[in-house]
Amino acid sequence: MLMNSATRSPVITVQAGNVALGGRPILRGIDLAVGRGEVVAVLGANGSGKSTLVRALMGLSPWTSGDVRLFDTPLSRFRDWRRVGYVPQRVTASSGVPATVAEVVASGRLSRRRALRPMSSTDKAAVRAAIAAVELSDRAHDAVGQLSGGQQQRVLIARALAAEPELFVLDEPNAGVDHHNQVGLADTLRPMVATGTTVLLVLHDLGPLAPLIDRAVAVRDGRIVYDGPPPDDDSLEEFHDHHHPTRESDHIPMRSGWDL
Amino acid sequence: MTLLDYPFMVRALLAALFTGLAAPAVGTYLVQRRLALMGDGIGHIAVTGVGLGLLTGHSPVWTAVIVAILGAVLIELVRERGNTSGDVALALIFYGGIAGGVLVTGLAGGSAQTLQNYLFGSITTVSVSDVWTVVGLAAIVIFVAIGFAPQLFAVCQDEEFARVMGLRVRVYTMLTSVMAAVTVTVAMRTVGLLLVSALMVVPVATSQQFARGFKVTIFVAMLLGASSSVGGVVTSFYVNAAPGATIVLLALAGFVAAWPVGILLRRRRRLAEPFPTSAASMSHDVVPEQHGHEHGADCGHQAVEHGDHIDYVHDGHRHAMHGDHYDEH
Repeated sequence: MLMNSATRSPVITVQAGNVALGGRPILRGIDLAVGRGEVVAVLGANGSGKSTLVRALMGLSPWTSGDVRLFDTPLSRFRDWRRVGYVPQRVTASSGVPATVAEVVASGRLSRRRALRPMSSTDKAAVRAAIAAVELSDRAHDAVGQLSGGQQQRVLIARALAAEPELFVLDEPNAGVDHHNQVGLADTLRPMVATGTTVLLVLHDLGPLAPLIDRAVAVRDGRIVYDGPPPDDDSLEEFHDHHHPTRESDHIPMRSGWDL
Repeated sequence: MTLLDYPFMVRALLAALFTGLAAPAVGTYLVQRRLALMGDGIGHIAVTGVGLGLLTGHSPVWTAVIVAILGAVLIELVRERGNTSGDVALALIFYGGIAGGVLVTGLAGGSAQTLQNYLFGSITTVSVSDVWTVVGLAAIVIFVAIGFAPQLFAVCQDEEFARVMGLRVRVYTMLTSVMAAVTVTVAMRTVGLLLVSALMVVPVATSQQFARGFKVTIFVAMLLGASSSVGGVVTSFYVNAAPGATIVLLALAGFVAAWPVGILLRRRRRLAEPFPTSAASMSHDVVPEQHGHEHGADCGHQAVEHGDHIDYVHDGHRHAMHGDHYDEH
């Protein structure tokens, strides 16, 4: 169902937004509006700026100019982060010390918890529900480092779900993930979309998520070049700058261990 | 006379206990951020602090705390700027710190012997007021490391995600660094500045061998840290060895003992991992002849879940009993 985003209450609005990293312009003249309950896919080739767009919306890359709002509050003054669930682009959910699935997912609940207080029963229930939503209940007490890549991606999705967000933002959730896990993500998102959660995802191709997507936004050279109904997968190549000879090999994300 | 009849030993044991608990608690977060050697870097900077204390006539413990905190914040800032990689930033600060310390101590007229007390620890010369400083600071570090564990865990696990949750990431990373600096100075009297990083990292490495979760890792590491500290002081009392070195070697002995256990555990977990059950993986060859051995719950062969049945793995192949024959997967 396509509805004009202007008629819905705004979740994300960007007017004339520019992003520069280290003085180098990455995104230029961005205009974007996402309304409540919309499912919007951001498409584009590698290096087009699609991930930067999402990271900038999450406050991880600085806007150099423009009016950027989340839930109608200017991004710089936005503090209500419990309404946002973010799934960063990662190859692994593990770090230098082992952590269980339940522990990593529970960390996603922190936006709703106060310091120095133990988890309430509501918190615990939300964590269990998030783990169940990605079908990892039987692995809850296993170390995340021991799961497969697709399962670790699901852990990161559950971590974002634990906060019970109104806006769910996923950066390339299907990168390096097999078809089975892509279908799993679609199954996880479907009930959320049905209950009115707004979803913004960065995708390389729509894949099994295609039926869920209301709108596609294509980014090329740091500008939005298309904003409208999602393309069918065959015409998707038009959104990329160049044709990839091997489509699978080039979107394996880089891992930076130090996160410098 | 027993060990506890000597007041200096009681003080030493108390200092060792609290240092042994605090160092791995902070160390766990450093290892999680893959900054295991940060404690060492701060230890080197603290040498300059000790030198300044000797030069100005102030207590070296307090000047070391201040300089170590400044150094830790500096490391954090250099790291955050991101144009120098973390280990190079640490290296720069290592050498600046220790060279500065030797220089300043020399200016103060101190000898290599004076500095040695701080470099390798001198737990048996801990005074009453020193003990209270050590216990007090260590208690604060332990309280923060445990009390803010959920926040610190989230920040050390994934800084960007923590930021999007609205956590003040900078406050928590600085908090970790300051805790590390305080711990280094606290442990200066126990194991010495050059060995303190061992007490922060080795118990964590040992604990990781069998722990699956973070909570277990940090608590077991604290337990191991405390027992090697106290054990090291006791041992050095009876065999008249250097306490700092004994503590570190005990901690390392724990790691050496746990290592094969860890390898075995990881191997077993990998073997017990269920096989995938896609349509393709369920295909099999029928092996008509009898096997000559009946697999069962306690036959000693690795039993692994495979969809609706159990496969048995031995001698590099896996199969399941099916009626009067075996299905070879």
